[in-house]
Amino acid sequence: MPLALTEEQEMLSRSAAEFLADRASLAQFRTWRERSHQQAFDPELWREIAGMGWPGIAIGEEQGGAGLGLAGLGVVLEQLGRHLSVTPMNSTVLCGVTAIQLLGRAAQQAALLPQVIEGSRTISLAWDERPHFDPFGVATAARSTATGWLLNGCKRGVADVSSVDWLLVVCRLEGAAGDREGLGVFIVPRNAPRLRIEVTPMVDGRNYGEIVLEGVELGAEALLGGAAAPAAALGRLVDVINAGLAAELLGISEEAFARTLRYLKDRSQFGKPIGSYQALQHRAAHWFVELQLARSLVQEALLALDADPSSSLGLQGPALASMAKAKASQVAELATNEAIQMHGGIGMTDAHDIGLYIKRARVLEQAFGDQNHHLDRLASLQGY
Amino acid sequence: MQDLDAFRHDVRHWLEAHCPPALRGVAIPIGDLYTGGRHPKPLYPDQPAWCAAMASRGWTVPEWPAEYGGGGLSREQSAVLREEMRRVGAPTPLFSFGISMLGPVLLKFGSEAQKRRFLPEIVRGEIRWCQGYSEPNSGSDLASLMTRAEDRGDHYLVNGQKIWTSHGDESDWMFCLVRTNPSVPKHEGISFVLFDMRTPGVTARPIKLISGASPFCEVFFDNVRVEKSHRVGEEGQGWAIATYLLSHEREMISGLGSLISGTALAQRALKIFGADAAGKLRSGGLRHALARFELDSAAFRITLAQAARTRHAAGMGAMASAVKYFGTELNKRRNELHLDIEGATALQWEARGPAGEAWASDWLRSKGNSIEGGTSEIQLNIIAKRVLGL
Repeated sequence: MPLALTEEQEMLSRSAAEFLADRASLAQFRTWRERSHQQAFDPELWREIAGMGWPGIAIGEEQGGAGLGLAGLGVVLEQLGRHLSVTPMNSTVLCGVTAIQLLGRAAQQAALLPQVIEGSRTISLAWDERPHFDPFGVATAARSTATGWLLNGCKRGVADVSSVDWLLVVCRLEGAAGDREGLGVFIVPRNAPRLRIEVTPMVDGRNYGEIVLEGVELGAEALLGGAAAPAAALGRLVDVINAGLAAELLGISEEAFARTLRYLKDRSQFGKPIGSYQALQHRAAHWFVELQLARSLVQEALLALDADPSSSLGLQGPALASMAKAKASQVAELATNEAIQMHGGIGMTDAHDIGLYIKRARVLEQAFGDQNHHLDRLASLQGY
Repeated sequence: MQDLDAFRHDVRHWLEAHCPPALRGVAIPIGDLYTGGRHPKPLYPDQPAWCAAMASRGWTVPEWPAEYGGGGLSREQSAVLREEMRRVGAPTPLFSFGISMLGPVLLKFGSEAQKRRFLPEIVRGEIRWCQGYSEPNSGSDLASLMTRAEDRGDHYLVNGQKIWTSHGDESDWMFCLVRTNPSVPKHEGISFVLFDMRTPGVTARPIKLISGASPFCEVFFDNVRVEKSHRVGEEGQGWAIATYLLSHEREMISGLGSLISGTALAQRALKIFGADAAGKLRSGGLRHALARFELDSAAFRITLAQAARTRHAAGMGAMASAVKYFGTELNKRRNELHLDIEGATALQWEARGPAGEAWASDWLRSKGNSIEGGTSEIQLNIIAKRVLGL
């Protein structure tokens, strides 16, 4: 049962699934991971995806997008999770487009978004400086100069770093690391002088890396919004990203479940399918129930962040975003661990596809806060 | 839409006029809701009048057909009624097995005469029903039940024993599974019959639980006469009816898990443990467990709401098992959290919470949630078999 709620979303979900199965399947992933050190994604594939309108899926029609909201984007991200497709949807659309929409001035949005929608520019958001997400713990400094800005610092875990055109770098304009105010987001060309990139391969076989900014000079217009970003806008950006990541994690859990369920029916031991044994049946049934619960929270979070009136249980977007990410992460851990265990020995091999899901899931879990981060945030948001 | 607005206007006006002020906004624990019957025991004196007023419009069962005394409301109208009841703080007027279990069975399997006889009584809360399902040797394996009903022409003669009959000693009639044919496979020889608990030969005896309360009975049948006209459905159709009814029972039990939010628990924890300078609860482990409970209970409430929106009239079917399983496990977790929060105080028999909660007794009672109505293990079996095809 995919995330789709409306007929339009159902069609989108089906067409995304068909396209990705054909053009961005696990087989493609296997060939791609061999060269992911040099290149993050296939530009030809991205042109095709842009032709279908996915980069502008959550952008309003008045700005040239498809106007399907986060719920629409969530439907596509879920399918990307199911197929482990290698595309810059996550970096460019979920993170990049959302950041420009939330932080950019009207003129910046008008200049930048059309290039993203048509597929000619890709983006990655560079935020982390430490192994754990800490939204305000930013030390990378932006100093005002006569002509604009001078950036110094170091970022890690930058997705698709070898191939994107623009990096959105979160910097500190004033105050000290940990302050909620005083952060700004700069748009920096990836090939800017005195910007050094070091690829750090991750377990999921995707392209990630560190960037070192050693006095990168930028014009005044490089700062999104022209001033420090309000903490509330940055908070909203993180919420949207986490709801999207939760959708992708949900897709991973669903696919791992579907494949394992097939295996339980196909694999025989002691003369019977292993799925006929109650020890495995109960674990599969529990897993199924957990999947329903994760799906409910992801759906509700996307609706709430879209301010859709059908989200009416009185929970706020920020709390729901953290709930969705924490639950999707917990269920992804359950799903990918159980998937390997129930596949037995073959599940440990690189040749079998089931072992690929756990790798992607853990990387997505860490991005923008793991379960512990979000449980802690949820408790604080709710006043305890 | 306009019709719905007019309906809302009517409902609001009527509730303002008829809901007794003394009941408005009163948080009545589920165990103290008005259950009706021949010998009602209302916690608040206005409960019977409130039930009668709601029943006069069929609103004790808003979606049942009007010809049998129900409200005849559409799902949308029924939602409006619930919203307006919440607005004035009107409590549930009537809570009974007649409404949640027998009614749906009669509507689907009952004869016209049975519907006309029994449904209006349920709507008005005149008869309190109990459920004769489990037996000492037939718990999870319910279909192996032994209570036999011998064919005596126009009636059956019933002999045997039931157990875990909720409020058997306080109920007026029983819907009961009996074996009418011992020589066919076990699922095929069961029938579903109705009889008055005052019938000679029926004896109900309460069972004391670890919680100290006795919500369940053993019920003995010694040559009990049951009219054939009080058999629901065909002879041998009892198992199909039983499983249909169980899915309704599971939905009802699963609702327990959503009664108290994690936030309410957290408020209590803050009172007891206090917070540090950053406003964080001074027990890291409890804080983490509360946040996990809060998100799971939110996920559960959203799942229930979505299931209610999309389900068919036939009920949730196998999804009811998923909901029953998770809802009851969640309720057990909630009760364990109460103990974590209150500490040794919660283990005192006489201790009461700010809203009169009996922590120890409620906690012990919750252990039964994942047993009654089909154990958690049986729910997982059903999901594995019917949903997953294993």
